[in-house]
Amino acid sequence: MALTLLFLGPLEDAAGTGEMVLEVAGALSLGAIAERLPPELAVAISGPKVRTALNGAIVAPGEIAAGDGDELAFLPPVSGG
Amino acid sequence: MTNWLSSRLSVGAEMRRVVLAGDPFDPAAELARFGDGQQAAGGIVSFLGQVRQEESDPVEALELRHFEPLTLPGMEQLVIEAERRWPLLATLVVHRVGVMLPGDPIVLVACAARHRRDAFEAADYLMDHLKSSAWFWKREKTASGWRWIEPRSQDHADRERW
Repeated sequence: MALTLLFLGPLEDAAGTGEMVLEVAGALSLGAIAERLPPELAVAISGPKVRTALNGAIVAPGEIAAGDGDELAFLPPVSGG
Repeated sequence: MTNWLSSRLSVGAEMRRVVLAGDPFDPAAELARFGDGQQAAGGIVSFLGQVRQEESDPVEALELRHFEPLTLPGMEQLVIEAERRWPLLATLVVHRVGVMLPGDPIVLVACAARHRRDAFEAADYLMDHLKSSAWFWKREKTASGWRWIEPRSQDHADRERW
């Protein structure tokens, strides 16, 4: 029962990795996911400018229910071009 | 990732080519191919962004990251919006991801239209939005290592012009 977390851009440095797998019993809210992470990373992914994508589609942070087989990506403000 | 991701649409006189390139690309060859068959266009405007190369610049390399499910679809939506706003005959967007060196092309935008003003404005619009709202993250390498680039307020101000 595994949930994959992806950390894009500078969040990769905050996480120390671009991808992390959490063992989960069921679907988790963003708050429940944050509780499983180191405090600094939990703060970094909860910033007001961080967008979230569940299985490749943007979702509002408050609507996240991510569980086994899901991929949840954290997208900080872009800096491209 | 796949090294080159692209989409292409040809409907009547309209042509759209949007590419996410994992390897270096040749802007001159892209533009030559783009111009082929654009006899109805009164003007073709193109913009090439490249990694700056200056004696005083400490940047040794630049890396652009993307998020596959969103980046190319987002670029396509942007081009569709430009086509809605201006009467374009053809549109080209090629954007690099991966590690680039000074002098390397980063992004090429080209717009063909019957009249030059539409081509200029559409190319400007595409660049402002690629810089400020497309799903890319950039970091630079200097003698002290890699450093992520923060979003620039100027890029957001540029986008607000539209």
